[in-house]
Amino acid sequence: MAAVAPRIRANSRALLHWCRRNPVTAFGFGIIIGLGILGLLAPLVAPYDPYALNPANRMRPPSWDHLFGTGIFGEDIFSRVLYGIRIDFGIGLGAVAFGLVAGSSVGVFAGYYGGKIDEVLMRLMDIVAAFPGFILAMAIAGVLGPSIPNLIIAIAFVNVPVYARLSRSRFLVIRSSLYAMAARGVGASDMRILAWHLLPNSLAPIFVQSTLQCGWAILDAAGLSFIGLGVHLPTPEWGVMIGLGAPRIISGQWWISFFPGLAIAITVMGFNLIGDGLQDLLDPKRW
Amino acid sequence: MTDSLLEVAGLGKRYPVRSGVFGFRELVAADEVSLSVKAGETLALVGESGSGKSTVGRCILRLETPSGGRVRLDGKEITELPESEVRKLRPQMQMVYQEPLESLNPRHPVGKLVAEPLFLHGIVPKSDIKRRVVELFRLVGLGEEHVGRYPHALSGGQQQRVGIARALASNPRLLVLDEPTSALDVSVEAQILNLLKDLQEKLKLAYLFISHDLAVVSMLADRVAVLYLGQIVETGPTRDVLFNSYHPYTRALVSATPVDHPRQKKRRISLSGEPTSPIDPPANCRLVPRCPFAQPVCSKVEAELASVDAHRSTRCVRFQREHRNGIWNPSE
Repeated sequence: MAAVAPRIRANSRALLHWCRRNPVTAFGFGIIIGLGILGLLAPLVAPYDPYALNPANRMRPPSWDHLFGTGIFGEDIFSRVLYGIRIDFGIGLGAVAFGLVAGSSVGVFAGYYGGKIDEVLMRLMDIVAAFPGFILAMAIAGVLGPSIPNLIIAIAFVNVPVYARLSRSRFLVIRSSLYAMAARGVGASDMRILAWHLLPNSLAPIFVQSTLQCGWAILDAAGLSFIGLGVHLPTPEWGVMIGLGAPRIISGQWWISFFPGLAIAITVMGFNLIGDGLQDLLDPKRW
Repeated sequence: MTDSLLEVAGLGKRYPVRSGVFGFRELVAADEVSLSVKAGETLALVGESGSGKSTVGRCILRLETPSGGRVRLDGKEITELPESEVRKLRPQMQMVYQEPLESLNPRHPVGKLVAEPLFLHGIVPKSDIKRRVVELFRLVGLGEEHVGRYPHALSGGQQQRVGIARALASNPRLLVLDEPTSALDVSVEAQILNLLKDLQEKLKLAYLFISHDLAVVSMLADRVAVLYLGQIVETGPTRDVLFNSYHPYTRALVSATPVDHPRQKKRRISLSGEPTSPIDPPANCRLVPRCPFAQPVCSKVEAELASVDAHRSTRCVRFQREHRNGIWNPSE
């Protein structure tokens, strides 16, 4: 127990050192972690109920009472943007998690076993990838009907080929690596080589891709909701909020769309900054 | 020769190579390779790059599937066994690789890599694994502090010691050493070779030592087999083969090693031209296009590996026809 304190101190010193050397990535992490905490603490931070309507107080510009102004039903934009973090992060992370698991399983089997299995799986992926991503997601979301789980499925499905191709190409390289052969030499089974030797070596580029994809997934979710195929009112989702305010920009009520839009932009930027630095962070040689 | 630990007969490995639009040709990496290693003995397999040395080693350990021939380990036929059965025999035969860093998984600490064979084959009880790993590290001259380190954090020599410790973990009787020191610098090379020599004595290991470095071979090996384009062209006790070579290819190899002293003079026997391609090799003697002693007869009759006396054999056609009392010294 006594050894814990100095270890924590040493670790935090290492963390600080790392942050100083990678300010951009640290900034990205800061944004995402900060937003995540805000989202979790939304009930404590938000000054109003995000679902509360106040027709007497419609479309007020930003003020000290309503930091981001109020919407067309008199709802508080700031509170809704805060609660929106939960919804949009949930959709983004959920879609990436599903896409990642499904896609990399396909890629791993295709890459490790090769031959006919590879051919069939990858041609299926080509079919999915042949459609423009957003259009396909629109079609799926449209068929399944508007709800959060359906939105996650639609976005995840579109991203499956990305992970499948990435993990397959990685597996093709490391399958013939000398350490894979050496593992067989000491008597490891196929499953063990796959899980213990090859998988850890294939994850880094996939993780990098998935952080970048997180930003895109949130953008897609907002886009689908904006055109009415995703989440519906009164859920405080950023895309819906933008859609609601879009016709009002021309009449001067810019804040209704602007603040949720800003939230999306900052989030996507945060994920992209992390993605760029993650490659470096996941390399075992730097530790 | 029933007392051999490892017996290889007629081992062949061919790879299909795409040529042209539709055609396939065969790359012959190993052709009718026969050799045997007794318990506790070192057999060196020498030859230039591309002669098929590593392929032979990998085929013996079933890391590649041979195209033909038989491999017997301790009298037990293993050629026809399925992979799941071979896995049970793997503890007895292990390999040390040419590139120590590439043969170690970069994502796991070296201690875990050494522990892997221990628990895969249940060599020691689970609670003893840590202790045994440290013991193995000591055995190969590594301190306990290296157990938790990652492969890239070790020097080349240390990496190779880890490779050796990992190979020794399952208490093997046969080690295939695939150029274990060619990636290391000279001072480290000497340490590793000494280590291998000590380990052999201590653990009664049999080595199949694959190398292109005749100086190293002369220090470590009891017997030598010379490989050229996938065929063994000469075998025999190390001293005899290196200092009184029968086959022109062996002579060329020996004369290509640097002399110990600048004033020392020796006869150079050089082969002309590039190494012959292993794709569709010449039908009879494969050295004919490069051999300084070749005569018309050499490419007309089949070159077979024939015994010269109880210990030695050679594949040279002219030698088999012209030698008297084991001495043959052609000048042209």
